[in-house]
Amino acid sequence: MMTCSRYRSGDRVRVRDDYPIGHIRTPVYIRGCEGQVVRYLGHFGNPETLAFCLPTEPRELYKVQFRQVDVWPNYEGSLMDTVELDLYDHWLEGDHSQ
Amino acid sequence: MNHNDHDHDHDHDHDHQGDDKVHAYYQILGQALKELLIEKGVVSASEIRTAMERRDTITPANGAKVVARAWVDGDYRARLLHDANSAVAEFGIEMPTTHLVALENTPAVHNVVVCTLCSCYPRDLLGLPPAWYKSKAYRSRVVHSPRAVLHEFGTDLPETVEVRVHDSTADMRYLVIPMRPEGTDGWDEDALRSLITRDTMIGVASI
Repeated sequence: MMTCSRYRSGDRVRVRDDYPIGHIRTPVYIRGCEGQVVRYLGHFGNPETLAFCLPTEPRELYKVQFRQVDVWPNYEGSLMDTVELDLYDHWLEGDHSQ
Repeated sequence: MNHNDHDHDHDHDHDHQGDDKVHAYYQILGQALKELLIEKGVVSASEIRTAMERRDTITPANGAKVVARAWVDGDYRARLLHDANSAVAEFGIEMPTTHLVALENTPAVHNVVVCTLCSCYPRDLLGLPPAWYKSKAYRSRVVHSPRAVLHEFGTDLPETVEVRVHDSTADMRYLVIPMRPEGTDGWDEDALRSLITRDTMIGVASI
């Protein structure tokens, strides 16, 4: 199952910094942030079309982990703290480990 | 939901006014939708009532059964972490439309769950979510100030423990497996269940 997915656990990804109108399940606070794939969750219908009863094609869903200090400029807490979100593949962009 | 009749079991340092206006709007919308569905024969009032009645019978005792088993049975714990839907089905808990993921607290990682976009919650295991879980205050603050929010719930964690917030933004529902407290060796599952509460399975409290 892992072999046919676009990303693997450990891959660095960046969330698209985009603000389309519609039923978007990618919270605004995480757009543009860089994180690491921790788990491939499977294929699911795309909520952006499902919400309008439009034909949908399955999208790959990933659990992606972000360091809190990379998400919030003035994060008060431990450097180790993280936040994880479930994001569809069309919201993720390639390898940004450089 | 009216401001005066909801569950007030949390610290009240936030204003509910904004949430209440939104609730009132969606309450009217929900009522209109319900009446239309009944009028058009899509569902009956009795079917809606039965579904609500069934929902109200589900309590965090379901989640506690699962966690207590995971504490005493290493094989079950492994199954729960690998495929939570199948593991909870062993207790007759079926979750046909949602995908459950169990998150294990360890001495190094403390997990806490939120849904910043709405109020996704593992209802088949914990029942209906508490009012604070659905409030804008919790949903926005726990993501960027998790330690401050945990502190308000009486949960203080050392800097050496990673606080890991899980924002359920899609098709997954999350259940926290709290750490089994010391001094409970030899306790049977029934006794252990009594320690496992709703808030410990959301992750805002430890045991």
